[in-house]
Amino acid sequence: MVDSLAQPADEAAGPEAHSRRDFIHIVATAAAIGGVAAVAWPLIDQLNPAADTLALASLEFDLTKVALGQEVVILWRKQPVFVRHRTPKEIAAAVADDHASMKDPATDASRTKPGHEQWLICLASCTHLGCIPTFAQGQYGGWLCPCHGSVYDTAARIRKGPAPKNLYLMPYTFLSDTKIKIG
Amino acid sequence: MSGPSTYEPNTAIERWLDTRLPIVRFSADLMAFPTPRNLNYWWTFGGILAFCLGVQIVTGIVLAMHYDASGAGAFISVEQNIMRDVNYGWLIRDLHATGASMFFLAVYIHILRGIYYGSFKPPREVLWLLGCVIYVLMMATAFMGYVLPWGQMSFWGAKVITSLLGAFPVVGKAITTLLWGGFSVDSPTLNRFFSLHYLLPFVIAAVVGLHIWALHVPGNNNPTGVNVKSKTDTVPFHPYYTVKDGFAVSLFMILFAVFVFFLPEALAKADNYIPANPLQTPPHIVPEWYLLPFYAILRAIPDKLSGVLALAGAIGMLFALPWLDTSKVRSMRYRPTARIFFLVWIVAVMALGWCGSQEPQGAVIPGVTGPTLIDYDINSVTWLSRIASLYYFTYFLIITPLLGLRETPLPAPDSLYTPVLAAPPAASATVQA
Repeated sequence: MVDSLAQPADEAAGPEAHSRRDFIHIVATAAAIGGVAAVAWPLIDQLNPAADTLALASLEFDLTKVALGQEVVILWRKQPVFVRHRTPKEIAAAVADDHASMKDPATDASRTKPGHEQWLICLASCTHLGCIPTFAQGQYGGWLCPCHGSVYDTAARIRKGPAPKNLYLMPYTFLSDTKIKIG
Repeated sequence: MSGPSTYEPNTAIERWLDTRLPIVRFSADLMAFPTPRNLNYWWTFGGILAFCLGVQIVTGIVLAMHYDASGAGAFISVEQNIMRDVNYGWLIRDLHATGASMFFLAVYIHILRGIYYGSFKPPREVLWLLGCVIYVLMMATAFMGYVLPWGQMSFWGAKVITSLLGAFPVVGKAITTLLWGGFSVDSPTLNRFFSLHYLLPFVIAAVVGLHIWALHVPGNNNPTGVNVKSKTDTVPFHPYYTVKDGFAVSLFMILFAVFVFFLPEALAKADNYIPANPLQTPPHIVPEWYLLPFYAILRAIPDKLSGVLALAGAIGMLFALPWLDTSKVRSMRYRPTARIFFLVWIVAVMALGWCGSQEPQGAVIPGVTGPTLIDYDINSVTWLSRIASLYYFTYFLIITPLLGLRETPLPAPDSLYTPVLAAPPAASATVQA
């Protein structure tokens, strides 16, 4: 009823009234969308890592704890990290495969720091679905992921299985020959 | 919800209320709802599912009163406080944990019934889609619930499933970080999963309301798939189906009780009694039984993104089913060829479930090794998963659309009660059910 009465009156006011009403509609809609977006963003962003989580940024580690041919798994930012003390034979095997066909090609040199080739330090989460691969398993002597069978070589490069990428490297520096700082 | 109301308010207070909030009329119409007279016991699983949802919500609210949603306290609060210290905590926890499996058992039977009798076909597509939405919500809720005890399987299950989303290009990494609230699964992840695990069952309850609304517009399908033609084809929901559903719920409760009281650990994994350890992956990660077929499809494909898309696609097939099935005949009672393909599909899904529980390189026939093809021995669990996955998708994408166009169905009866009333010698040849 109200609408049918209002309509003729509105038309009588001429085209100008229409454009003013349209303008109000556009402004109101734009303000509503902007308002919803402004409220939605904090509600989404609160899901991202909080300041205390981000504060767990760096970690120092004493490499003398890792014997030749062994690896140690440590936690950095709640993520497991491999610190592997590679034997000359393992390094040679990785270098020899530098130009083999790979899913995510990388040279052995690009996976380590110059002068510290015996230390391979990378995230321990399989790039498939995040399991920790098992040390010195699989046909390349690197790692074998127990969950879905991804095989990594001794440079932590993906060689077989569903994982799409090599194990991720993260920033670290050698403070001395036996001490590193991760992050 | 549809059709004229037969409710007559008999008392003054009912008449007063009826013009203000007709809630008694609403309930009375719900109870009087005309329901096909030939529904069999496969139709009782709707009521059984309502019962399951009720059990999960009631036991869940109680468990939340004793649960500590933090990485440091969650395991102790479940395994020590709830299981040992809280009065009847063990009972409530076992009801809740077993209840999840019972809920999925019932929903799978309900879904299979819907497929067999063509309950997804016009005019019930929206009803079917809402059911699919409920199923997806159930999987999300169950997954997050499984994380809460914060054992090894909880932790690594959470890691694997959240990492699935990392497969998507560009946005994948941002989505997993958003889900984790950190750089890996940790206490913030547990807290948000607990919050959502408490929320989602109420979302499910709301969608169940829509599901029942969408059911009450066209009314129930029935085992013949033939439309209800007159009032004589129906009986009121109460007392006929309240009693039938009540009896079925009672039988279901016996099975439920067997698991709760005698086999509470039957469906659990020993690894989940080890507190979550982010430094060690259990040697063999498997999801709960009700997710195993999808897990097998994921593992069958040797590429991460394709595997994740296949997993999502497998669930997506259910959503698409009303538009994939070209047959005008609803019930498979009158589609003998479709019935065979459907039974093979059930076998394929079960095979996938078995494959999902096994190691990918394990042998299907023990002691036999064959040639290796695409990374795996052809006698391996992975190859069985690949073949079964192929059939799973072929069934939906090729067999179902083509069969509806090519098959010759048996003659369907004129009305839904002729198969019941038919005299054996005269009519059985044409309406044999």
